[in-house]
Amino acid sequence: MRRKKTTIDKAMTRKTESESKSSLLIAEIRRFGPFLLSEMKPKGKLATPFNVFAAIVLFVAVVLLVIRFTQGLESTTNLSQDFPWGIWIGFDVITGVAFAGGAYVITFMVYILRIEKYHPIVRMTVLNGFLAYVFYAGALLFDLGRPWNVINPIIGNSFGVSSVMFLVAWHFMLYMIAEFIEFSPAIAEWLGWKRVRRILGTLTLGAVIFGITLSTLHQSGLGALLLMAKSKIHPLWYSEFIPILFFVSSIFAGLSMVIVEGTISQKVFRTQINPQHHAAHDDIVVGLARICAGTMYVYFFLKVLVFIHGQHWIHINTPMGWWFLVEIVGFVLIPVRLYAQAVQFRNLSLIRIAAALTLIGIVLNRLNVSIIAFKWYALERYVPSWMELEITLGVIVAEILVLRWVVNRMPILREHPDWTVPRPELSWKTRLVVKEGAATHER
Amino acid sequence: MNRRNFVSTLAGIGSTALMTENARAEDPAELREFVGILVDTTRCVGCRSCEMACAEAHGFPEPDSDPSVFEKERSPSTTQWSIVNRYSTQKGEVYVKRQCMHCNQPACAAACLTKAMLKTEEGPVIWREDKCMGCRFCMICCPFDVPKFEYESPVPKIQKCNLCWDRVKEGKVPVCVEACPAEALVFSSRKELIEMGRAQIAKDPDSYVHQIYGENEVGGSGYLYLSSVPFEQLGFRTDLENIPYPELSKDYLYAVPVVLTLWPAFLLALSNATKKDDDRQSHDT
Repeated sequence: MRRKKTTIDKAMTRKTESESKSSLLIAEIRRFGPFLLSEMKPKGKLATPFNVFAAIVLFVAVVLLVIRFTQGLESTTNLSQDFPWGIWIGFDVITGVAFAGGAYVITFMVYILRIEKYHPIVRMTVLNGFLAYVFYAGALLFDLGRPWNVINPIIGNSFGVSSVMFLVAWHFMLYMIAEFIEFSPAIAEWLGWKRVRRILGTLTLGAVIFGITLSTLHQSGLGALLLMAKSKIHPLWYSEFIPILFFVSSIFAGLSMVIVEGTISQKVFRTQINPQHHAAHDDIVVGLARICAGTMYVYFFLKVLVFIHGQHWIHINTPMGWWFLVEIVGFVLIPVRLYAQAVQFRNLSLIRIAAALTLIGIVLNRLNVSIIAFKWYALERYVPSWMELEITLGVIVAEILVLRWVVNRMPILREHPDWTVPRPELSWKTRLVVKEGAATHER
Repeated sequence: MNRRNFVSTLAGIGSTALMTENARAEDPAELREFVGILVDTTRCVGCRSCEMACAEAHGFPEPDSDPSVFEKERSPSTTQWSIVNRYSTQKGEVYVKRQCMHCNQPACAAACLTKAMLKTEEGPVIWREDKCMGCRFCMICCPFDVPKFEYESPVPKIQKCNLCWDRVKEGKVPVCVEACPAEALVFSSRKELIEMGRAQIAKDPDSYVHQIYGENEVGGSGYLYLSSVPFEQLGFRTDLENIPYPELSKDYLYAVPVVLTLWPAFLLALSNATKKDDDRQSHDT
């Protein structure tokens, strides 16, 4: 009974551990401070071309934001009474959130369907999703005219429950929390907090279920925001099915983003990934491409259905109709065809092209619904100012920097530390035996 | 208890129930109709007294009184809650006052996540500074493009007509109605205004189109318009549906609690179904 003996030994150690808990805590704090400080330092060379570029972009963005908050929105944006929403909403929030859809799809496959194949990309995808929400939904604060009142719908002194915006706002907030919980084991591993890591690990499934539910609702909710703008959106883009179209498209938008992001991080963070995963990554990409192809066919079919149902033939031979065809044929039908072909022949570079085209298509679709087809009859169009674009770029750059910082420190792409892998003798059945025999503490 | 007794008791209970029902209906708040303004565009002479009175009452700079302002179609702005436009129509020049329509079920109020936009009991739709977070969703949703945002200000406000809510509460009429020398504006309960409008059309059927704009549009509005020419000639949108705008997103909002309760149950069941026997411990990352 060697096993039993070790368990008893362990129980003994634990006892002494608890006796000297306070001294341990002090030791941990002593370790933690310098560790955090050392982790704050940059790990690579500072003066790389990307870093210089990022520094300039961020500096300009900060200056512009100071101007924006002291002079009002007019000073930096081309928004007008006719076009109250520009790219800060149409691109940063509405498109950015669709791109972040990968997190709920991948967590669904790994934690609900338990498809182990996709496990290696879970952390990177969840991290990406979480940061996307923090930064792109956070960029919403730049757009709010009175951001100091942003707490009003949260603290409960004025619940506008009839508003789709209310739903979206709450879901953003709750989903950020859910994604943070999903991601938190990586932080615990980085800090070496074993017990915290164990507790956080047990929260994952709950956070995933909650997160998928919230995602279903706010991905569609972003589309539902525009339901009341019926008289202002071109009939080719307005439909009561916008919420469903937004939800379905967020699936392949998110996965296409995972494919593109995976391609980039395979190159950038090459040293962190072990060779085995490099090989597995191709299988993952092909699998994702297959799902993209499937959901995009469904999406295309829905689009056609809405088109026929709404009797939109009369609009096709107009400038807006041609533009509609560009979106549907050029950036839905062609990429879905490429995806299908690439999956069949296992052509990875073709998959990447299809993913890139899909992402452009999503940008087009979201901008069409929220900006381009919005008041298509207006004589003066909204065109974003360079400052709006620069601040958007600043948000993207800031997100990439934080992402890089995290990936270089926490076990995202790297193997998890040894102590996180459950040891074989602690599986369900053996644990039962131990319990009956010695009645000691678990693990 | 004999049968007669039983019947009379039953009747007694019934009448008490009816009486409480009546008493509730007589509560002034329940009886109160939304107030509104009937604009007879055939009477408006384009003097813009209403514009001037509005600006003065709400602390805005005095509007440019030069007649050249009529040369282009204006819309209410951040410094003018109410404006008058001139249209050349088949029946000559027609002047039309434009401002917030004060819808019965306003899209802006349904859109507002902080209830800054509020349909008051009296009828005016008002904006509340301490609630608003400046998301401008009301501007996206308003079918008449009424709310205006102060883009030039670091502490921006939404500006739109509030139907002189402070005055209405005190039983006074809005300043524009008071200022109108041509009796083109009538302030009353919405119900009465519709009756007056219909009576006016019936009295002089050749001078009016047989429609009151605002009676049914987007589910009805507080402002009601009479016109001698079809309304599209006066810059009105006639392609709006007759359903209240909040209905457009109601189906979606009804689906939310359904998804919120069914989805987690379904996902949990699915996750249990895919569990392997030797995999009972919670799945970690």
